[in-house]
Amino acid sequence: MLKKTIEIKSPRNAYGETLVELGALNKNIVVLDADLSCSTQTCKFQKAYPERFFNSGIAEQDMMCTAAGLATEGKIPFVSTFAMFATARCLDQIRNSICYPKLNVKIVATHGGVTVGEDGASHQALEDISYMRSIPDICVIVPADYNEVKQVVKYASEIYGPVYIRIARTNLRSVFDDDYKFNPERAVKVCAGSDVTIITNGETLYDVISCAQMLKDRGISAEVLHVPVVKPFLAASDVIESAKKTGVVITVENHSIIGGLGSAVCEVLSQNLPTRVLRIGTPDCFGQSGEQRSLLEFYGLTDSKLCETISRYLDKK
Amino acid sequence: MSSFNKTARQNILKMIHSAKSGHPGGSLSCVEILSVLYNKIMYVPCEWKKSPDFEKRDRFILSKGHASAALYSVLAQKGFFPLDELLTFRKLGSRLQGHPSTRYGLEGIEVSTGSLGQGLSIAVGVALSLKLNNNPASVFVLLGDGELQEGSVWEALMSASHKKLDNLIIVIDKNRLQIDGDTDEVKSLEPLDKKLEAFGWNVKSVDGHCETELESVFKLAKDSNKPFAIIANTTKGTGISFMENNAGWHGKAPNDDELKRALEEVNA
Repeated sequence: MLKKTIEIKSPRNAYGETLVELGALNKNIVVLDADLSCSTQTCKFQKAYPERFFNSGIAEQDMMCTAAGLATEGKIPFVSTFAMFATARCLDQIRNSICYPKLNVKIVATHGGVTVGEDGASHQALEDISYMRSIPDICVIVPADYNEVKQVVKYASEIYGPVYIRIARTNLRSVFDDDYKFNPERAVKVCAGSDVTIITNGETLYDVISCAQMLKDRGISAEVLHVPVVKPFLAASDVIESAKKTGVVITVENHSIIGGLGSAVCEVLSQNLPTRVLRIGTPDCFGQSGEQRSLLEFYGLTDSKLCETISRYLDKK
Repeated sequence: MSSFNKTARQNILKMIHSAKSGHPGGSLSCVEILSVLYNKIMYVPCEWKKSPDFEKRDRFILSKGHASAALYSVLAQKGFFPLDELLTFRKLGSRLQGHPSTRYGLEGIEVSTGSLGQGLSIAVGVALSLKLNNNPASVFVLLGDGELQEGSVWEALMSASHKKLDNLIIVIDKNRLQIDGDTDEVKSLEPLDKKLEAFGWNVKSVDGHCETELESVFKLAKDSNKPFAIIANTTKGTGISFMENNAGWHGKAPNDDELKRALEEVNA
């Protein structure tokens, strides 16, 4: 399941390429973008099927509702822009015109998290999962690498209803091999362990795996769970089972510690198996400009920073 | 006033009275517009999804979703669902939600609306889809004049002309009043016709209570080679003397006495 060789690939390319593949199979697939088609890679679909590509210009709210109208007529719209503008700017449109009528619209947002980098806080969506998770009837997925993005985009096209997929700007180390099979109902046990459960998803997965190795060198056995589907939280039983074994849970995400994966894990555990949980992410703050890796370092999301924070937390326990 | 429109006005008043809430002013102002659309212009089978010609129907979107009482009444009068159901309006478990919703399977409702400024963008998506499918149906959208203060409406106006959506027709129910008072005082839209023209639309102003004027402008709009905007000059609360041109009746239910007086005026 796990990739043995080193490979770095763009999850955005995975999205663009998959759109082209899906477009050939299903004529109902249409794609909308708001003047960021080269960044989101929907330009690949535009090139292949220009008649089914709609650029709304810099008008995201118009784009979301136009997608709603296309879905009303049976099309399967994939709507893309940066996570900041897809969610924060269009929250009302997504809630009232897409989710309330339960329309088959797939929102695929790129540039989620602090790793937007130098553009700074105005472009770094640190609350998008929180916004989306609070709306009824939408499925929220945060895939971890190129291979998983491809499978998740395909999965979204096959299920009925609104889906939000968050994709990183960053080119990512591939975690999963070609035999990996995305399962929306399960957590992926990437490493087995007994002392602590670390739950993550998206672009932080690779650093968390590396952190688990570092913890091992310090004599701490960490179990790593990757939970790509944050809503509905179908992996609850996997999370509970692991927490029962280790007794302590750490969540790691490139997102605010409010409302994202960490909150979802806390909600499940508090109701079923009250467990100590340390949420690692951006601590209720805005981001800032910086190079991608420096930002991850600053917010404590690199393997070594995670190792330090988690060791310290377990010592105190 | 035609008997159809009298009945519609009576239903609107009774529904809002029974619900003890709702929007009489903007519902009463668009009765003739809806009446002409459903009686003379649009093809929409009242069997709705059960009709073999469902796909051929013209699409109607009530972007000013708060005028739901007017739409529900016209739909019930046209046989989309039983007239008895009108008095469930706004009550728990009703298919007749405060603002139109597709969640409850109410026949005749194309899309969910209520949050202003979204219906026209949805209509752009519907119109694009019809064109992709070579479906010759038209898309009609009813907007409020106050609603045009929402910026996203202008995004959609730009989209429609840019994408050459000649299958899209909007009617602006220009009753000149919004909750806080005169639209001209709250935030003026003028010169509305020139603005719409500048956005690439064909525009025509009509008396929104004159059925013959409405009918002929809709026919003109259907032959237009561009998206078409009809500015329908209307009176908020039309037909009820104490509601007419009174912003206070935007979102207020008549009490028992007011209902009685209002119904008498409609019947007169």
